[in-house]
Amino acid sequence: MKVLVPVKRVVDYNVKVRVKSDQTGVDIANVKMSMNPFDEIAVEEATRLKEKGVATEVVAVSCGVTQCQETLRTAMAIGADRAALVQTDVELQPLAVAKLLKAVAEKEQAQLVILGKQAIDDDANQTGQMLAALLGWPQATFASKIEIEGDSAKVTREVDGGLETISVKLPAIITTDLRLNEPRYVTLPNIMKAKKKQLDTYTPEDLGVDVTPRIKTLKVSEPPARKAGITVPDVATLVDKLKNEAKVI
Amino acid sequence: MTILVIAEHDNAELKAATLNTVAAAAKIGGDIHVLVAGSGAQTVAEQAAKVAGVSTVLLADAAQLADSLAENVAEQVIAIAGNYSHILFPATASGKNVAPRVAAKLDVAQLSDIIAVESADVFQRPIYAGNAIATVECTDAKKVITVRTTAFDAVSAEGGSASVQNVDAVTDSGLSSFVGREVAKSDRPELTAAAIIVSGGRGMGSAENFKILDPLADKLGAALGASRAAVDAGYAPNDWQVGQTGKIVAPQLYVAVGISGAIQHLAGMKDSKVIVAINKDAEAPIFGVADYGLVADLFTAVPELVGAL
Repeated sequence: MKVLVPVKRVVDYNVKVRVKSDQTGVDIANVKMSMNPFDEIAVEEATRLKEKGVATEVVAVSCGVTQCQETLRTAMAIGADRAALVQTDVELQPLAVAKLLKAVAEKEQAQLVILGKQAIDDDANQTGQMLAALLGWPQATFASKIEIEGDSAKVTREVDGGLETISVKLPAIITTDLRLNEPRYVTLPNIMKAKKKQLDTYTPEDLGVDVTPRIKTLKVSEPPARKAGITVPDVATLVDKLKNEAKVI
Repeated sequence: MTILVIAEHDNAELKAATLNTVAAAAKIGGDIHVLVAGSGAQTVAEQAAKVAGVSTVLLADAAQLADSLAENVAEQVIAIAGNYSHILFPATASGKNVAPRVAAKLDVAQLSDIIAVESADVFQRPIYAGNAIATVECTDAKKVITVRTTAFDAVSAEGGSASVQNVDAVTDSGLSSFVGREVAKSDRPELTAAAIIVSGGRGMGSAENFKILDPLADKLGAALGASRAAVDAGYAPNDWQVGQTGKIVAPQLYVAVGISGAIQHLAGMKDSKVIVAINKDAEAPIFGVADYGLVADLFTAVPELVGAL
């Protein structure tokens, strides 16, 4: 079974982004970029499936600018066998990415696609579900446990109020939640080996996909700032403030 | 302009998230219809019919809709989508699961987690874990949207008098099936609907220590929450997690105990009306958003607080 793992290059999760003063977006020039944390979990899970002999090949794919190659090298250092980059400078929205991934999944004849549940930049939580819809495959989102049983996958999902388990027929789409696994650290020898692995490059035109954005960002602004708070010296003052000043208890 | 709201329910009860979503629909303006897709969900449809502002409730009742499988629910929505300009889902686990599937089948973009409606096609939504607010215009003919429930005040659950219409249920996709459910038991208010939340972080130290928050939550009638660190360490169940990747809450009072305040956590609670932080590290980022901060050891401060209430 071939597993496809889409990965996204995003601003590192430790960076506190700043909104540009002209309100056209957030300033991401010269900030540290890395692989979206949920995607790392996806690559790890695919690699584990390969180590268990369930998957035969793991292919990482990314859509975006040339620098996404670095993200793909990281995926290959974790364990992906090879990678594909759909290169474009156009701003890509989830629907466009889902269409590109559909083309790649069909080209690669993948049986399983594992994606992160959401990217920490646009916080959309859409691409996996959209890809499933376009391919007409079942979806198992927010997965915290995956068991492949013959021609189906049993997936435990994190839902409001607890967990639920569903069974989906393969081929299928799975999106990862935080607790699915703990991604391994990439080691130096594996980083060196990853440099030699195959990385194909396509353009959206090669795949015949129109990536024109459907959503126009009119402006990006700072969230309303909270008014500065105070430090209270003791519990009695705290209770008094909550009762008489804030009036919330 | 007619707006379709997809009801959140468990086949027995209409969930409050639906009321917040109807409120967002009312801001867009237009006729509001509610779709109840489920099995044996007649009571839910009747509850939805009483919701203020709803003109029609559509009930699709069939066994294959019982467990909200994305494949079946999405097809059900698409089957009736033709009549609507906007399709709104609450941004719950279930809404987030289905909405993008519907949008892709309709070949339209989807807007996630809107927090404000500026016009029928301009909306605000948070990005970068709530560190920026994007104002976006959707250029597609149909708008598929998920609504951040804490950003809209719920409409009244009473006072409406909508008609209930039955619609044909779609056939089972056969692509997926429901296996089982493990519901976390709790006698406390639901996290996303609670007026007061007491949350613990890594500073709690262990699952046993976490119990010192119980009397405090009891006294305040509060729901219990947790940071990701506390959940990952096994101190609290994962559906208690407040944050970018957990639940987004906006209670009247949020008490953060032993939580440092990483941006991913703040994204889930910084719209709370009043934030109280109890932490022994005076430099913790949580004090940057707290209205009232108490620099103290939580193991002495929490029992003292319980005593003082």
